[in-house]
Amino acid sequence: MSDSSAIAQGAVAEAGTPHGEHPPYQRHHFESMDQQADATNFAMWLFLVTEVMFFGGMFTAYLIYRNWYYPAFVSASHQLSIVWGTTNTAVLITSSFTMAMGVWCAETRRKSGLVLSLVLTLLLGLVFLGIKSIEYHEKWEKHHVPGLHYSMEAFLNPASDPAVFKEYHDKPMALDMARHTELYFFLYFAMTGMHALHMIVGMAILIYIIFRARAGAYTSGHVTFVENFGLYWHFVDIIWIFLYPLLYLISRHQ
Amino acid sequence: MSSTIVSLPDQSTARIPKTNFLTKENGLLSWLLTGDHKRIAILYLISITFFFFIGGALAGLIRLELLTPQSDLMATDTYNKVFTMHGVIMIFLFLVPSVPATLGNFLIPMMLGAKDLALPKINLLSWYLYVVGGCLVIYTMVAGGVDTGWTFTTPLSTHYVNTNVMSTGMAVFIAGFSSIFTGLNFIVTIHKMRCPGMTWFRMPLFVWAHYAASILMVLGTPVLAITIVLMALERTVGIGVFDPTKGGDPLLFQHLFWFYSHPAVYIMILPGMGVISETISTFSRKRVFGYTAVAFSSVAIAIFGFFVWAHHMFIMGISNYAVLVFSLLTMLVAVPSAIKIFNWAFTLYKGSITFETPMLYSFGFMGLFTIGGMTGVFLGASGTDIHLTETYFIVAHFHFVMVGGMLMAFLAGIHFWWPKMTGRMYPEKISQMAAVITFVGFNLTFFPQFILGTLGMPRRYAAYPPEFQVLNVFSTAGATILGVGYLMPVLYLTWSLKYGAIAGNNPWQATGLEWQTQSPPLTENFTRIPIMDHEAYDYEWLEQQQAKEVASVG
Amino acid sequence: MSDLKEIEEAQHHVVSPKIYAIIAIALLVLTATTAGVSYLELGEFNAVVALAIAVFKAMLVVLFFMHVKYSTKLTKFTVVAAIFMLMGLISMTMADYMSRAWGRW
Repeated sequence: MSDSSAIAQGAVAEAGTPHGEHPPYQRHHFESMDQQADATNFAMWLFLVTEVMFFGGMFTAYLIYRNWYYPAFVSASHQLSIVWGTTNTAVLITSSFTMAMGVWCAETRRKSGLVLSLVLTLLLGLVFLGIKSIEYHEKWEKHHVPGLHYSMEAFLNPASDPAVFKEYHDKPMALDMARHTELYFFLYFAMTGMHALHMIVGMAILIYIIFRARAGAYTSGHVTFVENFGLYWHFVDIIWIFLYPLLYLISRHQ
Repeated sequence: MSSTIVSLPDQSTARIPKTNFLTKENGLLSWLLTGDHKRIAILYLISITFFFFIGGALAGLIRLELLTPQSDLMATDTYNKVFTMHGVIMIFLFLVPSVPATLGNFLIPMMLGAKDLALPKINLLSWYLYVVGGCLVIYTMVAGGVDTGWTFTTPLSTHYVNTNVMSTGMAVFIAGFSSIFTGLNFIVTIHKMRCPGMTWFRMPLFVWAHYAASILMVLGTPVLAITIVLMALERTVGIGVFDPTKGGDPLLFQHLFWFYSHPAVYIMILPGMGVISETISTFSRKRVFGYTAVAFSSVAIAIFGFFVWAHHMFIMGISNYAVLVFSLLTMLVAVPSAIKIFNWAFTLYKGSITFETPMLYSFGFMGLFTIGGMTGVFLGASGTDIHLTETYFIVAHFHFVMVGGMLMAFLAGIHFWWPKMTGRMYPEKISQMAAVITFVGFNLTFFPQFILGTLGMPRRYAAYPPEFQVLNVFSTAGATILGVGYLMPVLYLTWSLKYGAIAGNNPWQATGLEWQTQSPPLTENFTRIPIMDHEAYDYEWLEQQQAKEVASVG
Repeated sequence: MSDLKEIEEAQHHVVSPKIYAIIAIALLVLTATTAGVSYLELGEFNAVVALAIAVFKAMLVVLFFMHVKYSTKLTKFTVVAAIFMLMGLISMTMADYMSRAWGRW
């Protein structure tokens, strides 16, 4: 009440010096650069928590139906190529490594190193999606995409699919169980598709970051954005680290 | 009882401070592109009020239809659409964002002594997401509505109805992200933006309550998002996760849906409890009794609240053992809620209570929420639940919690902080009247529904056996009174924007940091970052502060 | 005071490329191992081993690539909270499915 005039003066003084003495990338409402970096980093972590829960719904569904329709899920999983899956895991891990190197380059202010790492990350991401699309294409050819054209032939009569049969010697399944392979493929497409969608979004951001990095935006001490993007990229990697055994590996011998 | 704590500046000389967040910039764009948490709060306040009245109008139609036993006002299909839209709008577009996005947005940075929320742009984004979600809901209504109930129950929503499930689903999905971003922003702000001296146990309980609610928003809402996505895929492409003919389990939808939607109940009520902690303390001039217990009970509700979701599914065919466990866990949530109620009661004990409007609403909250909560215990016990579920008992129960609890708290909060937000007081007498009218109207509307429920009147039907008519007429009559009770604040609050008395910095003599600055506040909230050198709700500190001020002026 | 210092350290800790390389190699080796183990006949333990390796790999990524080992307690707590809630969702839902058949054989 009594100091309302003082408050008004304070406001004028504050408005007079819009940037004060802090660096241009520091937002006004933060007291220090550390506070800003800390806050955005924490926000990124919380966002990743929401992503964990988002994927969690699908993981729950997968685990429940795998328990319910065990034979169908085992046979259906035999249709996936462990070689492609393993290759893709290696590709994604390598891209995580190049991303981590990118963060290091930004922290130690190495501009060309940063750009190189980010470009490599982008390329490895593309390789991953390329391999994924080869796999998707194979499913399409074999009529294993859920929907109107879905075919259970490979499960009712495993010998009709010699390549897979040679390796696994699956027994023919009753129609009632074979129907549930469609559920496996749906979950396969939903989970890997949602993962791929996250990669595509990530790569779009990555392209933006590469352009900004070439202009030197992240090698002058302001690395928060690259670091936070790195967290996102590693998170996408972790999702795959779990999808890979669940979808490809654990049913090989059952 | 006759006294009042309101202390307004001398009206002949007082003026609204020239520089404040409302006058800093002008023009529509300065609002639409703002990063200021206070302006975003105002934007939210306007939009949720808009949707509240749409939802309220639909509620009016429902009650009007139920005036007579036959379905004569509208076709049964239309009735289904009306109660679905009422639920969707009230839950996703009003209750979930109500206190957090308006009062929380406005006050949390100020209570913490910060200049803004940690992520102002994300905050603005969350409002835009809300608007997009809202527009989709309006589109749904214009395009012919949806009749699944707000729960999107499969296989009804995926196989049997031919209404606008997709646009409603998308609206809920988008509005969900709006709430995720709000929650995320609050958590980051509370962790990282506290002013010097603002330790965790010096924070107002309002902030604690929002912290707990934000945890629920961040952890729960993504599960709703994926559930809605799966439901949409099931409906469009027929993927089979929720389709029994393809081996899917419709109950899985229920599990995933209620994993969010039960905690959502706490998302709705916790911020309201935060408001009540502030008003009860201010209007009894006492520190909240058992501050730590109240603070922790918020967090306890958040954590327990996550593990009770299957009590919505007792009659749906989940295993008897799961029923046992979830029933037990449900009883446990009652404990922290009761802790809060008892602590508020002890705060009142020997306090100097005054009965301004926010306090009247708070008393309304305490009584109605207690009834709502206690009937929740009936429903948590699986035996009685089997008898009472899907009857009007459920309807009455959650309206007591949501409308009697949350809406009362929302109105208490709006009145309490109105002088801070606008710089002007609302008219006291008429608003006290509105509070009483709301309370009477509410009880007349929803108490008969408890009786109807125990008598066995099922919910979600346009028609009912004639012997239930008397109680339904009571209920509809009450709804009319309730409608008047809700319209009044809109009118006199708008009136007060121009003609209300100048409020000054601290009309209630409250202790929070938000009251120690001008009203309406500056865009930066404080001229200099405050230092918190006292406990929360320390009225002696406030007295000393005022004595000092008087001395220095004198 | 120690809290402040911890924040400082988290901000300025730069993990060396050597550690990144070691972790990347470890992850690749683990990937090869888990693929190899899947060709062995271990019965139920195929799934156990594969998931154990996946958890270990994820831990390496979280701790080193995502710097959680060098981060504040708050970040560590956030990670734990996410895992806890995910486990809550999965286990409580599974509990219903598992126990539905109880007493019916």
